[in-house]
Amino acid sequence: MPLNMTNTPLEKVLEVRHLYKAFGDNAVLKDFSMDLYRRENVVVLGKSGSGKSVLIKCIIGLLRPDQGQINVLGKPVLDLTPAELDQLRVRVGFLFQSNALYDSMSVRENLEFPLRRHGRDKSREEVNTLVVEALTNVGLAHTVDMMPAELSGGMRKRIALARTLILKPEIMLYDEPTTGLDPITSREIVQLILKVQDIYNTSSIVISHDMSCVRQLANRVIMLVDGKCHADGPYESLMQNPDPIVQGFFH
Amino acid sequence: MKLQFPSYRLILEELGGLARFTGQFFRNWAAPRMEIQEFFRQCYMIGYRSVGLVAITGFILGLVMTIQSRPTMARFGAESWIPSMVAISIIREIGPVITALICAGKIGSGIGAELGSMKVTEQIDAMEVSGTNPFKYLVVTRVWATTLMVPVLVCCSDTIAIWGSYLAVNMKNETSLALFSQQVVDSLSFSDVLPAFIKTFFFGFAIGIVGCYKGYTSSKGTEGVGLAANSAVVMASLLVFVLDLLAAQVTDTLGLN
Repeated sequence: MPLNMTNTPLEKVLEVRHLYKAFGDNAVLKDFSMDLYRRENVVVLGKSGSGKSVLIKCIIGLLRPDQGQINVLGKPVLDLTPAELDQLRVRVGFLFQSNALYDSMSVRENLEFPLRRHGRDKSREEVNTLVVEALTNVGLAHTVDMMPAELSGGMRKRIALARTLILKPEIMLYDEPTTGLDPITSREIVQLILKVQDIYNTSSIVISHDMSCVRQLANRVIMLVDGKCHADGPYESLMQNPDPIVQGFFH
Repeated sequence: MKLQFPSYRLILEELGGLARFTGQFFRNWAAPRMEIQEFFRQCYMIGYRSVGLVAITGFILGLVMTIQSRPTMARFGAESWIPSMVAISIIREIGPVITALICAGKIGSGIGAELGSMKVTEQIDAMEVSGTNPFKYLVVTRVWATTLMVPVLVCCSDTIAIWGSYLAVNMKNETSLALFSQQVVDSLSFSDVLPAFIKTFFFGFAIGIVGCYKGYTSSKGTEGVGLAANSAVVMASLLVFVLDLLAAQVTDTLGLN
């Protein structure tokens, strides 16, 4: 168990145990287990189609695993009622690979959408303040009245991140945050993720196969191979790992 | 070249999927949190934005029907019956069916493509993660909106078609508006208007549910979006005819013909 600077064990915020998920005959996750601790960034690394996105969709409750247990912030995700799951999702943010901004809504409406659902007691002024604050944190306050179609790929990613952060989640799940972006924008997004973690004190699971992103973000790397956790450890220790599959990713 | 028809198994699967989706609609329509704002937005998008198209087609329909039927009616010395014939044809059958087909093309494909693209770009998942029941927010509101707006559009289309007919009648003979209107009203009875009006709600429901079903269950990425839009139009148009046939049977059985 990881220790903090005062040698006290860190609080576990997420626990996945013996997870199985298959689509027809294609078993994607086979006895996968992992933990996430408070303020930790874990990068899940694996080939395309290895089940990385399936894993985080199971964690947030978008997919139901065939077997296994998932505990998020002390709640068993698979046993929750839809209402309880909605309450839990306020505390867990999800950044989609495709950004998933609502095309028919402006940036402001996109950011207001989760607030209208979860923060119904908030006044118009409070909502506006939160929207401006979230946009300022991602450096795009000036885009508030623009439509998603008017934004570049990097800007959309930032807006999607702002929308996710507006509810101030404790855990963030990032699905390939730098895929499809140029190296400079990728670096900016990685810096933004680190900045956001400082501001909001989040723990994160990042799905990626962009090694530059992995190196900058990861406190710990989990390698998902053949549906299982093949290797788990800090970036530097996996770099030294002689296993040919691990080496295949790092070199 | 060998023609390939869809297998009966595929058709049954499709009908089963639609039936299950309709069941899901009825389970969700009264669930808590009414999406009133989204419902009115959809009414505006579906109803108001289709008025122009429906008005133009209705006007042309009335005009052409009158022009085409005049020679035959004149041969039998029944020109004075044109207003009655056009009114009954339009109100009972042609107006609702043609308007529903236009709505199947415009609204059904629009809903299919919109929900299909939301599905492939993970917007529906994002909605769920934001604590929203996407089925209720996207499907229930759209199906209600089409169910209520298609009858309104049919009423507009029927009225404008009769105006078109009045214009066509006046191209050859001068007929006063009062006389024309009197003939139209006198020829229509309760049993002409009510069954025709009631069936438009079913047309609207069919267009909405098929568009949503095709979009909401689309897959195969961007190719799936096009397929969803296309098959929504085909299936909704077919359902309009099937429902029209059923409506004709029911009104006949009830002695309303």
